[in-house]
Amino acid sequence: MTTTTSSLLLSLHDIGVQLNRKEVLRNISFDIQRGEITTIIGPNGAGKSTLLKVITQLQRPSTGKLEVAKSLTYGYVPQKLSLVYSMPLKVSRFLSLARCSREEYKSALALLGITHLGARQMHNLSGGELQRVLLARAIARKPDVLVLDEPLQGVDVAGQVELYGMIAGLRETIGCAVVLVSHDLHLVMAQTDLVICLNQHMCCYGKPESVSQHPEYLNLFGEQAAKNIAVYTHKHDHHHDLAGEAVSCSDDCHHD
Amino acid sequence: MSFVSLVPDFLLYALLVGTAIAVVAGPLGSFAVWRKMAYFGDTLAHSALIGVALGLFLELNLTLSITFVCAVIACLLVIFERQKDLATDTLLGVFSHGSLALGLVCVSLYSERRVNLFAYLFGDFLTVTMQEALWICGVAFVLLLLIIRLWRPLLMVSMDEDLARVEGLPVLPLRLTLMMMIAVIVALAMKVVGVMLITALLIIPAAASRRLSSSPEAMAIIASCAGVLSVIGGVFASYWFDLPAGPAVVLSASLLFALTSLVNRRT
Repeated sequence: MTTTTSSLLLSLHDIGVQLNRKEVLRNISFDIQRGEITTIIGPNGAGKSTLLKVITQLQRPSTGKLEVAKSLTYGYVPQKLSLVYSMPLKVSRFLSLARCSREEYKSALALLGITHLGARQMHNLSGGELQRVLLARAIARKPDVLVLDEPLQGVDVAGQVELYGMIAGLRETIGCAVVLVSHDLHLVMAQTDLVICLNQHMCCYGKPESVSQHPEYLNLFGEQAAKNIAVYTHKHDHHHDLAGEAVSCSDDCHHD
Repeated sequence: MSFVSLVPDFLLYALLVGTAIAVVAGPLGSFAVWRKMAYFGDTLAHSALIGVALGLFLELNLTLSITFVCAVIACLLVIFERQKDLATDTLLGVFSHGSLALGLVCVSLYSERRVNLFAYLFGDFLTVTMQEALWICGVAFVLLLLIIRLWRPLLMVSMDEDLARVEGLPVLPLRLTLMMMIAVIVALAMKVVGVMLITALLIIPAAASRRLSSSPEAMAIIASCAGVLSVIGGVFASYWFDLPAGPAVVLSASLLFALTSLVNRRT
């Protein structure tokens, strides 16, 4: 087997999904390669979450074919965790339920800078903390494909920049593919290998630079959005670590 | 003089059976609380009466026929839950009261055989025989082993079904297994507390233990302990003060719940 075939993890061929006789997705075809970040963008009701469900095999496609590499491990960060308040559950136990060793989940917590949350009860976490815990759990599973449905809701902007940077780094550290849905265009674009602009069908896809100039994209998001992609370049004298704590910058820190 | 020789046999069997059921009801009741299945338990309990009628009609073992009917109703519910026109609680309302009515009508057809309806509705476990006690203990033990074996996947499914499915767990079979286990415990507990009070034995100890626990495992174990305490309290209260045993057990569980409600939560 050549390396090119072994890095192909998932392949969507002309996927269509109908829910309650309503067409939600049609003619979706693309590949997911190991070590690549695919970002799905699109307006509300575009079928972004449904597409993620097809990729994670939660939703069977009505038409088309999904090819999956053998024994694929998913890491999944749902848009919302249906937390049961009547179940007492510590963060550390929640992570250990992911079938990973103690060392693995400890290092995932450390990677996200939330080791201090280990003994907290799940239902006492803030929105941003919960998203970080979910991400840590997904990473601790050492996934082949990390699937993130609007992963950074409730995380402040500085934290988002840091976390997206970290997610981008996962391509090398655990060598997974990343598929994510995001509204934060200007934060995501820079780290992305493939952008899919979705509105029930694939309006356009490709490298971020080419997509952001595509007429369909401009049509969907407007000229302003396209400009915003380049906007986030202002200077800080400090930055935030993954837990959101302010850390003063050293000389070699040039984040933009 | 040992304690055992001071206590009459029937009381000993009652304690044995009650304890066995309470131990299993702890974790199963916790799942029922987590998955908001209280009304589901009620529905199964009510349909148990149809099982009684069926058992009398076909001259089968009653516990066996109750388990069978509960399992059928559980499967029907899983199928009906797929339609989206009616909410699950409405559906359960239909099944629950429909099956209670059907059960009552069927059992009343045997009135010439002097069926003790009160015993089925509110339990009669001071009449448990040694053979029955051994059977119930055996089944409870098997259930307990199954729960321990499936603990992690069941916990995942109770937490978030989508997440469990993405991580490769067979969600539907697990959900069915949980429902079947609850069907079996309902059939067993019917002897102890009767149709009307079975859900109480599942839900109340688990609810009482929620405030005292910081992990799902602790909640299940404390619920078992609370259940056993309720059984002991209820059985002796029933013996000394000549109370109906089933309601006495549920009442002592409720007292425990009231006590734990006073506990200040730390987490």
